[in-house]
Amino acid sequence: MQLILDITNNPGNGGVKLSTITLSHGSGGTQTNQLINDVFFKYFGNDILIQMNDAAHLAIDFKKLAFTTDSFVVNPLFFKGGNIGKLAVCGTVNDLAVSGAKPLYLTCAFIIEEGFSMADLETIVKTMAEEAENSGVKIVAGDTKVVEKGKVDGVYVNTSGIGVIYEDVNINCANAKPGDVIIVNGTIGDHGMTILCERNNFGFEGDLSSDCASLNTLVDCMFEVYNGIHVIRDATRGGIAAVLNEISVSSNVSIVLEENLLPIKEEVKGAAEMLGFDPLYIANEGKLCAFVPEAQAEQVLSAMRTHPLGTNAAIIGRVTEEMGKRVYMKTVVGGKRLVDMPSGILLPRIC
Amino acid sequence: MKFVDEFRSRDYSKLLVETLQNSSRDKINIMEVCGTHTMAIFRYGIRDVLPANVTLISGPGCPVCVTPQSYIDTALDLSSREDVIIATFGDMMKVPGRKSSLLKKKAEGSDIRLVYSPMDCLTLAADNPAKKIVFLAVGFETTAPMTAVTAMEARKNGLSNLFFFTAHKIVPPVMEALVTDKELNLDGFLLPGNVSAIIGTEPYEFLSKDFNIPGVVTGFEPVDILQGLNTLINLISKKDCSIANDYKRIVRTTGNSEAKEYMNKAFNVVDSNWRGIGKVPKSGLEFNRDFEEFDALKHFKISYEEYDGSSGCRCGEILKGKMNPTQCSLFKQICTPENPIGSCMVSSEGTCAAYFRYYK
Repeated sequence: MQLILDITNNPGNGGVKLSTITLSHGSGGTQTNQLINDVFFKYFGNDILIQMNDAAHLAIDFKKLAFTTDSFVVNPLFFKGGNIGKLAVCGTVNDLAVSGAKPLYLTCAFIIEEGFSMADLETIVKTMAEEAENSGVKIVAGDTKVVEKGKVDGVYVNTSGIGVIYEDVNINCANAKPGDVIIVNGTIGDHGMTILCERNNFGFEGDLSSDCASLNTLVDCMFEVYNGIHVIRDATRGGIAAVLNEISVSSNVSIVLEENLLPIKEEVKGAAEMLGFDPLYIANEGKLCAFVPEAQAEQVLSAMRTHPLGTNAAIIGRVTEEMGKRVYMKTVVGGKRLVDMPSGILLPRIC
Repeated sequence: MKFVDEFRSRDYSKLLVETLQNSSRDKINIMEVCGTHTMAIFRYGIRDVLPANVTLISGPGCPVCVTPQSYIDTALDLSSREDVIIATFGDMMKVPGRKSSLLKKKAEGSDIRLVYSPMDCLTLAADNPAKKIVFLAVGFETTAPMTAVTAMEARKNGLSNLFFFTAHKIVPPVMEALVTDKELNLDGFLLPGNVSAIIGTEPYEFLSKDFNIPGVVTGFEPVDILQGLNTLINLISKKDCSIANDYKRIVRTTGNSEAKEYMNKAFNVVDSNWRGIGKVPKSGLEFNRDFEEFDALKHFKISYEEYDGSSGCRCGEILKGKMNPTQCSLFKQICTPENPIGSCMVSSEGTCAAYFRYYK
């Protein structure tokens, strides 16, 4: 295969530095090593990663580990409020945090399209490093594959993560109890609506920006005031509606939301209205729902509001034993309706 | 962007609900003609707050639902052509044809693009000069003007690779079929504000003059709907059969003359088949001779026989308001949004979809 090289400079170590990714960057030879050194080590470099073993050697004291993985294929790769790299770190950190774990180590794997911009890759990697630092995790292992042009759309990223579950917490999807109050940490639907509008160039003006953020410090701050929280889930794909439906099934309880209590940004409300979406079903990347016994709800809510990611935290509903173990919403007019599990194509490739 | 909150006000809604509760005690049958109203009524739980003597019946105002299956099958055939890119609103993707759907065809490799406006097809056509773009032009008076404008723009830009497979329908003629149906026994109509934004309120005057039935044009927010119902129940109890406009912030009596002119320039009014209802005289729009170069059927020299399809599906009765979805034996058992038997289950304005999604 003949590759046309776009040589921008010569770093002087026998190779040439390219401004685009080529198949040779994924071949395991000189260019792969160069990419690892010039991009990945430059930003991710830490004591464990630089040992360059086939597997990261980790010494962890624990009784229970949380272990998770997630792949990211978002389109567009760069959006207001973040990029695919930030999403990849936050997504996995959040899955660990809402399981009641302290996130410790991540791995990351890139599948890159031949011809992808080296500068864009570097921006993504740099963002990942910043977000990892921000959430207190280390990226300790990684992998890079390059595939022919057209076989992937730019770059796909996978991250896996390990965390240690706090001994005194017991977060479980099946733990929601009648009497629990449901709290969200802020406005819903921001991420999905931002992606949709950017992808289609709708040109809505206003403060439409992804909420992509690592939630682990917010969760810590909630545990500090009350470690008996029953359930915490991050409301990503399928939005709040999907998460609450899953909890309702796992815990065999009914959930009643109050429409007038849902925090939704005007921009999101307006855009969703025009495009025929319901913010309840739109993805978030920095929002969680917590199920807290009523007696502790105010305490947890106040603690959340002191954290930058919880200033707009709000109670949005309650768990009850009434009705048919489904999710319902008390509407603004005083009626009640079902909030069903989302079905079909909502919006592909939002994360 | 703050434009919906005041029409979702809890306090004002409460006031309107109280007025409704204190209204006439007579048995009243009201049809909400439009699927967008049906969806909003369910989404805001409005049936829960109506007095027991008032029954809301969902009507045929869902363009995807009333499009015969033969149209879908023809669109699926077109999507199999190598030289064609199908452009469509998302609602059409899951509508079942006899053997497949656009969603399945896309997965099998057909080039099918989701668009939010027919105008998006102009870019699609310019970016893909070697392909023929076929827009599935389905919809009522609310979308027909945009089809006309897009065709005009295509002509202005010299695009010769953009075509429209039209199934546009107009609302007032089908209502004549409903009012003359003795089984329905309707006392009044809640009329769609979006359609009247284009056509005004005049085309509904025949309901009042010829059939002594009142109607109220209103919008889709909870306050709009509650206000519209109050007005309508008031008219019914006073035996006043006027056509009232409760959507004055958008709707003028004569509608939008510019949009109507675009429609008149591009289309002829023709008889049209409504799925589950049958042939309704002068209820469809078809490109006139001056615009026939944009007609996909003429360009690809296709003619097809029309059929409704979907055996066992009771959409016909549901679209006419004679049955509600829970009375259909397929509903939720065999027919679901994942496995729809009829289009009413997958359209975002479909009555079956509304019941499936919101009905407690």
